[in-house]
Amino acid sequence: MNRLAFLQDDRGGKIFLIILALATVTIPMFNLLVPETSVFHISIYTVTLLGKYLTYALLAVAADLVWGYLGILSLGHGAFFALGGYAMGMYLMLQIGDRGVYGNSELPDFMVFLNLQELPWFWGGFDQFWFAIIMVVAVPGLLAYVFGYLAFRSRVTGVYLSIITQALTYALMLAFFRNEMGFGGANGLTDFKDILGFSLQSDVTRNALFIASAVALALGYLSCRYIVSSRLGLLCVAIRDAETRTRFIGYKVENAKLWIFTFSAMLAGIAGALYVPQVGIINPNEFSPLNSIELIIWVAIGGRATLYGAVIGALLVNYSKTYFTAALPEVWLFALGALFVLVTLYLPKGITGMKKYKAAKA
Amino acid sequence: MKNQNVKNQSTKSKNSVQKFMQRDQVFDFLTPKAAPKLDLSHNVILYLEDISVSFDGFKAINDLNLYIEAGELRCIIGPNGAGKSTMMDIITGKTRPDAGMAWFGQRIDLLELSEAEIAEVGIGRKFQKPTVFEMLSVEQNLELAMAQNKSVWTLLRTKITAEQADHIDEVLQSIGLIELRNDLAGKLSHGQKQWLEIGMLLMQKPQLLLVDEPVAGMTHQEMDRTAELLTSLAGKHSVVVVEHDMDFVRSIAKKVTVLHQGSVLSEGTMDHVQNDQRVIEVYLGE
Amino acid sequence: MQYLVLIISLFLSPILSANSSDLSASLAQLSDRNNKAKSEAIEKITQSNRPQTIKILQSLLEGNIYYRKSDKTIFYFNQRDDGYHLEDVLSGEISIIPKKRGYKKVTINNKLRGKLRQSIASLQLGNADPSVRKSAVEEIFKKITPGNVALLNEYLPKENDVNIRTLMQLALTISELSSDDDSITLVAIKKLDGNLEPIVRNTLNQLVEESDNPTIIAAAQESLKSIKSQVKFYDHMETLYFGLSLGSVLALAGLGLAITFGVMGVINMAHGELIMIGAYTTYVIQLLMPDSIGMSILVAIPAAFIVAGLVGILMERTVIRHLYGRPLETLLATFGISLILQQAVRSIFSPLNRTVITPEWMSGTLDVNAIFSLTWNRLYIIVFCIMVFITLIMIMKKTPLGLQVRAVSQNRAMARAMGVRSDWVDALTFGLGAGIAGVAGVALSLLTNVGPNLGQAYIIDSFMVVVFGGVGNLWGTLVAGMSLGVINKVLEPWAGAVLAKILVLIAIILFIQKRPRGLFPQRGRAAEN
Repeated sequence: MNRLAFLQDDRGGKIFLIILALATVTIPMFNLLVPETSVFHISIYTVTLLGKYLTYALLAVAADLVWGYLGILSLGHGAFFALGGYAMGMYLMLQIGDRGVYGNSELPDFMVFLNLQELPWFWGGFDQFWFAIIMVVAVPGLLAYVFGYLAFRSRVTGVYLSIITQALTYALMLAFFRNEMGFGGANGLTDFKDILGFSLQSDVTRNALFIASAVALALGYLSCRYIVSSRLGLLCVAIRDAETRTRFIGYKVENAKLWIFTFSAMLAGIAGALYVPQVGIINPNEFSPLNSIELIIWVAIGGRATLYGAVIGALLVNYSKTYFTAALPEVWLFALGALFVLVTLYLPKGITGMKKYKAAKA
Repeated sequence: MKNQNVKNQSTKSKNSVQKFMQRDQVFDFLTPKAAPKLDLSHNVILYLEDISVSFDGFKAINDLNLYIEAGELRCIIGPNGAGKSTMMDIITGKTRPDAGMAWFGQRIDLLELSEAEIAEVGIGRKFQKPTVFEMLSVEQNLELAMAQNKSVWTLLRTKITAEQADHIDEVLQSIGLIELRNDLAGKLSHGQKQWLEIGMLLMQKPQLLLVDEPVAGMTHQEMDRTAELLTSLAGKHSVVVVEHDMDFVRSIAKKVTVLHQGSVLSEGTMDHVQNDQRVIEVYLGE
Repeated sequence: MQYLVLIISLFLSPILSANSSDLSASLAQLSDRNNKAKSEAIEKITQSNRPQTIKILQSLLEGNIYYRKSDKTIFYFNQRDDGYHLEDVLSGEISIIPKKRGYKKVTINNKLRGKLRQSIASLQLGNADPSVRKSAVEEIFKKITPGNVALLNEYLPKENDVNIRTLMQLALTISELSSDDDSITLVAIKKLDGNLEPIVRNTLNQLVEESDNPTIIAAAQESLKSIKSQVKFYDHMETLYFGLSLGSVLALAGLGLAITFGVMGVINMAHGELIMIGAYTTYVIQLLMPDSIGMSILVAIPAAFIVAGLVGILMERTVIRHLYGRPLETLLATFGISLILQQAVRSIFSPLNRTVITPEWMSGTLDVNAIFSLTWNRLYIIVFCIMVFITLIMIMKKTPLGLQVRAVSQNRAMARAMGVRSDWVDALTFGLGAGIAGVAGVALSLLTNVGPNLGQAYIIDSFMVVVFGGVGNLWGTLVAGMSLGVINKVLEPWAGAVLAKILVLIAIILFIQKRPRGLFPQRGRAAEN
């Protein structure tokens, strides 16, 4: 228990972790063990949907780490998510083998379609799961490192940083739309068959992916919590509130920012990698700036700088999105738009901040 | 001027080539970067020589020469726009001068270091407008300011040692905030924030303290305590105080420097300065 | 156009039923199967030069000449409701037949078509209408034959229109290039130096290949070289022109943002949607006045300004004024507004793209020379952008509103203490920025389709322009917009449109990291905060 001492003051976090653990155990049970005819049966569709929400929640936690604690409003976190997704997608693509439409055991369908003769060099190694997993964290991490190195060293902050992160994800989206990039162009990567030899269509695999997402979320949450309750976490808050001052007491602000930003990008990459096998497709739209901004609103609604708030926000907004886009598709964008406006105006601290706010007022 | 630059560059590149040829040390980034140790062999801690800086044609600092001795308590006064804050900005690396030299002791060239590195070699600064970390507690403010290994990895792993805790208690005691140690710094009064800033300076254990208007917004009692604290610091540390309040300056200063239009107008004891005809002109007009 | 003139002139030319044996013989020869015979017949008909010759040739060209199989009489052929009208070419007698049996069309091939056109052109050189003569010369340009040269020589002294004379002389000079006399050829080469007509280039190229006189080859090559360098120059000019017009669009989109972002510090993510509103306003105005499309654009400019401006003021009063000094929050809130506006447009106008009709006076080109022409719509957009820019500078520098805006942006509390109604100024400033966005929308609607996603496509570009130029600096915005436009167009042929855009984005990202405050930063103490 001593090792988890950093959770001591985190009541919300403890509650969240307990609920998550319960869900991880019970939901697959209700799906696999309860017969389909029973009212208590949870459909495999729901399990996969929840698994998808959990990956979004992990992405939101990653964004909250940099925005809530470090004050970096990244409008490009969706890019890291998508890069992680692409790395996983490439692995899954090469697992299809000769079961594609063209039956080419060497090349994915879209490459055959583009008349490629052999795999492009950057696809090399992606037939190995371990390699793909390394790339899932390495590629977003490296991009974040290079980008952050340039940006933080030259002290691009605040709104400027937000805008260029947005430009970054926009540029990536345009790039991935190009067929010449070798990532399937506008159609992206899809028609996956199996992962590590297990069919992606089977209920057991899907439950396993759900559990993996839950575990990843828990671990991601714990590591972020560990960071923010360390002295480095204090430094982050200090940087967020008075960056210049921290320089004058001898901290290399850019280093702290750089490492936290990179770590957050890696978490986003993992989230993306778990997302792709569950939804079965990854395409350049995942890079769209809209996605990145939307994820910021999850964090804002849940409450910044709490970490579990980000999880609540991600689940809540995405559940409403699923509900509205099915029931009242016209209304969804109005609702999302209104949500942005109302939360910034009336709920600046998010849902988790409401209680504190009331207490402070009274 | 330009020629000189070119020459400098060519010698620089020659130097780097020579460095590269040395067998024992090839890559700079492999050797831990440690600033040379503070060398006070000539008993002078800060040299500012021929410093000039201008913003859009306005000369904020004009051929400034200033020497601070080790252990000295120096007060700097001057009318608004005399360049007091800009001078501090130059020493702490916030502003780079257009010309001139700034050395810390005999060996450390301040113009080559970043703000963080300057703070690390031992120059601490209290700002004119108190800036503390409002969302952190008083104690956490001090914990961050503490002299320590400031690399990211260490910060992630480290825990407070008993020794460090004692040091924090000590400083809390001396700045009179021990009761409020767990309160958010944002809730402190203006005077208390000033004290907390001074406390943070003390945690840094700097060799040279730059204190910008320490008593603004303080009551007379608080002022007296600040004066006491600053004089007690002198000797062990060197202290440079910028202040408008003449009574306060008189109560602590042995040596006073008057700045005007970006350069030194007069220097000496308070009495000497006050009787200097030029100083009277600047302060009182004609 | 050319055809139209020809047809009109045909109706004007009186049809005489002159009965000439040689003409009828030539006409009869048209029924010959052999194309060579037909060619000869055309030659003869042309030489006969009767009033109805042009009509005959023209009808032949259009495939309206038939002959009766029995006696090879030639008819004009016309299909009407009551049957086939046959008009005897020579007599002008009209007979109506129900069926085509017994008649056959005089067929021609492409070679004959070319010959026909040339023949018609040569005949028209004497036409009274200068535009007919001009097009006749232009037709001759396509193929300069000795016969044409004779004609040109004949008509040149009679020609009194300067432009047509120059054209005729040019054609003659070109014909001299293929002269057997080398000295004439050399003089012609010299005369044609720097001429950019494609035919000159072709003939010179031919000369280089076919001539056996080294002096001529050298002279021709020399001339070609200077032509090529000129062609290259105009290529660059064209790129520059395209770049500037794209830059104008970017600058227009950026200017409104420069006001709201640069002067007020508000990150307006709904800026693109305000542009979209301007574009839709143009569309609606055109729906309202379908009979005067030409005027509609002029009406749309103030209308778009007012509509977008009002939406902007509404946004400012309801949402943004609560968020001053919190730029990241304004970013999120205005993004929400942008989603609402997009969906509103989708619900009102449907998600499909709409098209704004480009009025007549904006289409067409301004021909600078044979290879370089400026399209009017782009030219208008450049001019329009500069006009908007000047107006904006005037508003900011010369009007009381501008003074108050600058005062509020520099020190809100102080301005308020001086009696400036800061909230009023905020609303107007934001309205101004939004209005400019609306006006940009009018310009954009003429270039692309108007749809709900129009705004999204431009928001990032607009931000890039403002950030690149230096926030709070209108000049910087203009320069940045123009240079980004030009850079984009310069890169395009080399890298393709999408890659060019990506490269520009990356370049800006790197640039901002080198100079975080843009091309023209504000300096000094004030800029620190």
